[in-house]
Amino acid sequence: MSSAPLLEVRGLNAWYGESHVLHGVDLDIREGETVTLLGRNGAGKTTTLRAIMGILRRREGVIRLRGQDLLRLPLHKVAQAGIGYVPEERGIFASLNVSENLMLPPTVSEGGMSVEEIYNLFPNLHERRSSQGTKLSGGEQQMLAIARVLRTGARIILLDEPTEGLAPVIVQRIGDVLVALKKRGMTILLVEQNFRFAKKVADRFYLMEDGRMVNSFPGHELDARMDELHEVLGV
Amino acid sequence: MAVGTQYLAEQPKLRTTSMVLGAAAIAGMLAAPFFFYPVMLMSVLCFALFACAFNLLIGYVGLLSFGHAAFFGGAAYVTAHAAKVWGLEPLTSILLGAAGAAVMGLIIGFVAIRRQGIYFAMITLALSQMFAFICLQVPFTHGEDGIQGVPRGYLLGLIDLNQPLTMYYVTLAIFLFGFFAIWRIVNSPFGNILKAIRENERRAVSLGYRVDRYKLGAFVMSAALAGLAGGTKAIVFQFATLTDVQWQMSGEVILMTLLGGIGTMIGPIVGAGLVIALQNYLAASNFPVTVLIGIIFVICVLLFRRGIVGEILELMRRKTKGVS
Amino acid sequence: MSTIFGIPTPALFGQVLIGLINGSFYAMLSLGLAVIFGLLRVINFAHGAQYMLGAFAAYLLLNYLGIGYWPALILAPLIVGAIAVVIERTMLSRLYGVDPLYGLLLTFGLALILEGAFRHWFGAAGQPYAAPPQLTGAVNLGFMFMPIYRGWVVIASLVICLGTWLLIEKTRLGAYLRAATENATLVQAFGVNVPLLLTLTYGLGAALAALAGVLAAPIYQVSPLMGTNLIIIVFAVVVVGGMGSILGAIVTGYVLGILEGLTKVFYPEASSIVIFVIMAIVLLVRPAGLFGREE
Ligand SMILES: Nc1ncnc2c1ncn2[C@@H]1O[C@H](COP(=O)(O)OP(=O)(O)OP(=O)(O)O)[C@@H](O)[C@H]1O
Ligand SMILES: [Mg+2]
Repeated sequence: MSSAPLLEVRGLNAWYGESHVLHGVDLDIREGETVTLLGRNGAGKTTTLRAIMGILRRREGVIRLRGQDLLRLPLHKVAQAGIGYVPEERGIFASLNVSENLMLPPTVSEGGMSVEEIYNLFPNLHERRSSQGTKLSGGEQQMLAIARVLRTGARIILLDEPTEGLAPVIVQRIGDVLVALKKRGMTILLVEQNFRFAKKVADRFYLMEDGRMVNSFPGHELDARMDELHEVLGV
Repeated sequence: MAVGTQYLAEQPKLRTTSMVLGAAAIAGMLAAPFFFYPVMLMSVLCFALFACAFNLLIGYVGLLSFGHAAFFGGAAYVTAHAAKVWGLEPLTSILLGAAGAAVMGLIIGFVAIRRQGIYFAMITLALSQMFAFICLQVPFTHGEDGIQGVPRGYLLGLIDLNQPLTMYYVTLAIFLFGFFAIWRIVNSPFGNILKAIRENERRAVSLGYRVDRYKLGAFVMSAALAGLAGGTKAIVFQFATLTDVQWQMSGEVILMTLLGGIGTMIGPIVGAGLVIALQNYLAASNFPVTVLIGIIFVICVLLFRRGIVGEILELMRRKTKGVS
Repeated sequence: MSTIFGIPTPALFGQVLIGLINGSFYAMLSLGLAVIFGLLRVINFAHGAQYMLGAFAAYLLLNYLGIGYWPALILAPLIVGAIAVVIERTMLSRLYGVDPLYGLLLTFGLALILEGAFRHWFGAAGQPYAAPPQLTGAVNLGFMFMPIYRGWVVIASLVICLGTWLLIEKTRLGAYLRAATENATLVQAFGVNVPLLLTLTYGLGAALAALAGVLAAPIYQVSPLMGTNLIIIVFAVVVVGGMGSILGAIVTGYVLGILEGLTKVFYPEASSIVIFVIMAIVLLVRPAGLFGREE
């Protein structure tokens, strides 16, 4: 448990224009770990992911991946350093068909899934591979958004609320996929409001409030902390 | 795309200063013909009014018209024809020119306001090019020769405009009339709605304003004032030619406004003065004017998008607000 | 001699051919404009100047270096593309994120510089440029004589347009381009070097204009003003087609060229304005353009 973290975030501040949204966020994720970020709407979860990716440019603090400083990299170099990003809005391109969407992110290192493996994992996508990307159902689009980053060989993926607004069966399917990814040793940073879902996969939880990390605890403590969580999350 | 201009109005102290400056400027303009060639001064006044009219649209509605030469040059043709062929009194001829430009503004504006931003620019450019082709072909413009030898005539049948000084003061009066008309438009309730449209068109729509009508209204006013400038120019220089309706002329008025400061009251005047002075200066050398105009465009866009006056106002604002 | 609607057939077909040739250039240029606009959100006013540069590059290569038409077809686009890359890196790239009107004004300024400089050096009059010997002469098509070079231009432009379309619709690079047109930030967040993609796209668009310029050199004269007058018509074509669709830009270009040619037969006085009139009508009926989406 003492190995250096794969992704290390220290004292991260971030701004949308003039508005200061993240206030000194700290976050560690070790290789192979699945960490879930909890927090109520507007707490800054998405912003944290966008700041790590470099989509949000106005940042201060430290973001290191395997010791490499990500803060200084141009946007496209961050993904090339080995991070895959599944945005909250899914980001499926309407002018690309399903297979083009799948093939879009360039390979960043060896060891990503092959297209066959991906289509085995997501048979629907194979069936609909020549449909326009945005003609898929919400669940299929979410799967496509996840599938898209599995091909690239990224060692860590950032998933922003993958179950939001989806039917229970689809949530179940996505849960299975995450478990499968964990088994393959993938490191996952998951933003999730649905903590029954998160419990299945998370090794550790972080709790965010108003742009700050307020707590962190191991996955098995989730049940014991339910009352506290209900209060912070207001659910 | 504009620089805030309420600034002057918000600062009472500056307001008095600017009124003093304005009075000084008018005094200067009254005295100017004793120091400079009246012809060059009148040229500056015509183009300054043209640029102010153009600025009404880009600076206060956010619409970039790439076809304003059609109104300027079109009015010049109408005025020249009225004065020469119909033998009308010069002021009447000029007003007819402005009215003609307003009608054209209504037609071109009606088509162009269907699109915004970059498309609006392309559409106005295309329509004015169409107008230039028409001017090349119809008999009344006399094709490549243009209408030459337009009589300056007698203002109201009494005052001989062939006197350079008299012509100058009449031009100055027309310019001041146009300038204050623009000032009034910009600071009227109508002008405030225009600015609201520029800031956020969707919101203006949701507030219930018929945005298209306001845009068209501003377009017609801008065209009419550009026509006032063009008509005056035809009387001053006693000709109307194709040069004034071509796209290069639309480009020039954009440059004058951009250089001086889009969305500032006096920026277009400064820009017009500078561009005319430069052109006169270069006319003696063999350096191509077009290249210089292009270079100024590039420099303005890359280095000071607020224009000269806009940058100065911004500096003053920072100083008074004490912003670092 | 046979006639159609009272017009002698050869004259009719002759004008249709001329319209088709003009349409070929409208199509090639509006295609380049649409590709650049899609990704960079810049209306490239310098597109006409880049077309003119292509023609002049061919002319200069021939007269100063003795390099003929065929190599010029490759060299001129490369030269102009390289110049465009420098322009994008040093100037246009500073304007991403500000009002797109500034991109229009910048490229307008560049067009004035290029046009003014060439006019200063070569005068406003056109310079002749001979078609290569392989493409001189005419063939008898039965209903008319067609100059071989004109046939070649029509075919070459079709191939160029089709090739560009395939590049955009069917290749990986094209997928990057389409995706970045929708959401450049996300594409870059996936690891695609979007700034490079923007540079290449502008270079490619300019090279396409230059290629059209070389093709045009033997038909029209090589003159400093050949570009700007053309580009204003191409703007109208682009407004008619709407810039949402690459194929739309191509089809609109050819169709408007042919309509213009037909107008020359039936009502010659209107031929120079017919495209603008069509643009105005389309705007009144369908403001987004024939193939455009409302934004
Ligand atoms: N583009 C933006 N511009 C300005 N402020 C923003 C922007 N996006 C988010 N914010 C603000 O930043 C704060 C954090 O938002 P963020 O999207 O990170 O929350 P979140 O935790 O992801 O919420 P949710 O659970 O609703 O997705 C919020 O106060 C929000 O209003
Ligand atoms: Mg969020």
